Amino acid sequence: MEQVYLQIKENHRITDSVWKMKLTGDCSHITAPGQFINIKLDGLFLRRPISVYDADLNSVTVIYKVVGKGTAQLSKTSSGVLDVLTGLGNGYDTSLSGQSPCLVGGGVGVPPLYLLAKTLIKEGKSPRVILGFNQKSEIFCEDDFKKLGVDVAVTTVDGSYGVKGFVTDAMPENADYVFSCGPEPMLKAVFSHCKDGQFSFEERMGCGFGACMGCTCKTVTGYKRICKDGPVLKKEEILWNA
Amino acid sequence: MERLKTSLCGISLSNPVIPASGTFGYGREFAELYDINILGTFSFKGTTKDPRYGNPTPRIAECSSGMINAVGLQNPGVEKVIEEELPNLAKIFSKPVMANVSGFSVEDYAYTCQRLDSCPQVGWLEVNVSCPNVHGGGMSFGTSPEAAAEVTRAVKKVTTKPVIIKLSPNVTDIISIAKACEEAGADGISLINTMLGMRIDLRKRRPVIANNMGGFSGSAIFPVAVRMVWQVAHAVNIPVVGMGGVSSAEDVIEMMMAGASAVQIGAANLIDPFICKKIIEDLPETMDRLGINTLEEIIKGAQLWEKM
Repeated sequence: MEQVYLQIKENHRITDSVWKMKLTGDCSHITAPGQFINIKLDGLFLRRPISVYDADLNSVTVIYKVVGKGTAQLSKTSSGVLDVLTGLGNGYDTSLSGQSPCLVGGGVGVPPLYLLAKTLIKEGKSPRVILGFNQKSEIFCEDDFKKLGVDVAVTTVDGSYGVKGFVTDAMPENADYVFSCGPEPMLKAVFSHCKDGQFSFEERMGCGFGACMGCTCKTVTGYKRICKDGPVLKKEEILWNA
Repeated sequence: MERLKTSLCGISLSNPVIPASGTFGYGREFAELYDINILGTFSFKGTTKDPRYGNPTPRIAECSSGMINAVGLQNPGVEKVIEEELPNLAKIFSKPVMANVSGFSVEDYAYTCQRLDSCPQVGWLEVNVSCPNVHGGGMSFGTSPEAAAEVTRAVKKVTTKPVIIKLSPNVTDIISIAKACEEAGADGISLINTMLGMRIDLRKRRPVIANNMGGFSGSAIFPVAVRMVWQVAHAVNIPVVGMGGVSSAEDVIEMMMAGASAVQIGAANLIDPFICKKIIEDLPETMDRLGINTLEEIIKGAQLWEKM
């Protein structure tokens, strides 16, 4: 983890309620896909944790949905410098999957899968991607994944685009290895449709770096902090509704 | 730096800056960021006799200039703290640490304090009779002078280390409680713990926090803390540790002028993990600007206006 000051390079709307923001500066502490950054905003007490969509040594891009005061304020910030804690969370461990893992994302759970897909490709693996949304107007990132040359399936709950239904309707029967991020009901469904995998969870956080015990969850291997020991948990660790 | 020196219950501190319990774990996360030996000391995570998971999530809510938490004393229990956390702490922190203790009965408090009394690394026992987030304990001991005194007496019997009683602001008469602790043998008082608070999610029409209510902290509570520290420091003859919304070198100085011998920093650590380091670095310049030679000379230094 490091505290850095990052310059806003761009911050624009990509769907009705979803925005994409690119920040530049020292991003060398972001070391794994699935990590997040924690942004300080003027006038708000707690930082806002946002998952990383893409990153290199000198830039980080996040995609976030405007859901409350913090994200609304962030969406209106088009220039200047932000106080950011970077490189938070464990991220996905790409060494654990086979040659063709299945990446399954839903809604604003989609963004962290982009850097994950890039990382897997760099390691010589061939991920396939399944993205789930409620309806056509909410879809984002589909082309980004296609440009990486990976196989992308999109599902919509109302059938207005792609496969009608949930991400599990587009998943192979009992997938060997899954990397997933999305709302908890989706994670739970994906969990029961795969042999093994890693799942990224969300929780209301205090600090974001393991100090306050605000985001603890129960796992098979004991209590874990979503912010520091997670947000990614391995399939065998997960206890549902514990 | 001699100018920043202070002392607490006979133990000298290189500076008055002490991260508050529950915002600094057992030191590990912060030791990855800076050398925590620069701190006066720190108060470790509230420890109980048995391991505790704490409350269900969400445990955190945003507020104007502050936050509510209802962690509920999640901790590994005193035996694991002694077996694992303290040996680990020895590798990263060479000063006496403040051991924060909580309980659900007088016997619990005494048991945990007795176990920690045998640890040479522990400098002070900070006895939390003011946690608003657990049922059947915590704060209930700190809201009556008799109960607070009973815990104090029980703890004093099992330890030779200085005992600091951490008090709740959620009371009508803080002075009577502080005095009862002093009479029962307390070596110091620390205050204020969090204020009981609540937020409601307007869409769900339910409290934001799963525990419904929680402890309100952050810069919003600083004026309440300064007032209570002043009241207690002028009513007892034992040292007072001031806390509640402190987030700058100026705030530290204000707390000390109100009567604090040392100052704890809580919620601010969660927003800026380097805040204690920054405050320690900022203190000399801030003192220069205010014409302060040494911090010890300003303790209780605020003079009240004469009432007309």
